[in-house]
Amino acid sequence: MDARTIIFYILAATIVGGGLMSVTSRKIFRSAVYLLFTLIGIAGLYFYLDYEFIAAVQVVVYVGGIVVLIIFSIFLTQGSGEDMQRPALGQAVFSALAAIFGCMLTMYVISQQVFTASGKPAVEPSAANIGGQMLSTTEHGYMLPFEVVSMLLLAAMIGCIVIAIKIKVPPHKILPDSNKGNEDDVPVISAGHLETQEAVAE
Amino acid sequence: MNDIGLFHFLFISCALFFIGVFGFLTRRNLITMLMSVELILNSVNINLVAFNKFLFPDKLDGLFFTLFIITIAAAEAAVAIAIIINLYRNYKSIDVEQTDTMKY
Repeated sequence: MDARTIIFYILAATIVGGGLMSVTSRKIFRSAVYLLFTLIGIAGLYFYLDYEFIAAVQVVVYVGGIVVLIIFSIFLTQGSGEDMQRPALGQAVFSALAAIFGCMLTMYVISQQVFTASGKPAVEPSAANIGGQMLSTTEHGYMLPFEVVSMLLLAAMIGCIVIAIKIKVPPHKILPDSNKGNEDDVPVISAGHLETQEAVAE
Repeated sequence: MNDIGLFHFLFISCALFFIGVFGFLTRRNLITMLMSVELILNSVNINLVAFNKFLFPDKLDGLFFTLFIITIAAAEAAVAIAIIINLYRNYKSIDVEQTDTMKY
């Protein structure tokens, strides 16, 4: 057993253990931190395979972006210290059985499969090669998906703003029954839903 | 078995995928369900990268698919969290059993 093998098994244990703790932990903040360990382990796996660019993207986007976003939304939506509700016993048992048997079946099918490598000389996965092929308009270029995915990001950005925006409406446009008691309520429409904010009295 | 090959990566990916499926089925909190979806997407990425490394080292297509999946996962997480925060603002809860009315 050389060092490379040992490093691989450490990474594998980080990924699988972090994933398991992430889906079973009952404190939501700890769950997010275990997810962080899993994602860092996966970035380590990409480093292990000598794909530095993908590993860097994984660290920047997942660890630096998505996990931070998830932690922010945890802080915005609920108390992070309290325990989450335990899943119903039947649901947990049957979900675990489905996952275990699905995993065993898939691993069996994979182990029966014979993969043949192409055996051609390897292309160096440097950032220059990746960028050159991704932005080329020739036969094996990925220019069109690149542009489409940039449109998707723009659409997602606008969609997030539209969904999460709060619009204040003037008082005469409120539905009659929505602020019966208190005239000081500031009505708030968020994404089409009308409600009154009780705490704010301005 | 001592040599780390394609099968090791496929087994890790498979285990991570079904861990994600288990979390998706048992969790009731929308944020933790989103975290399970992230686990599933990451297992797919491991698959693509391992196939590219061990079977087709002369191409880079697995890396491109991985990059696109990471991008789409980021967009998906952003939209999902916007929806979750909006839902919390309207219902004061992000439990999927309590927020079953999406018609407003």
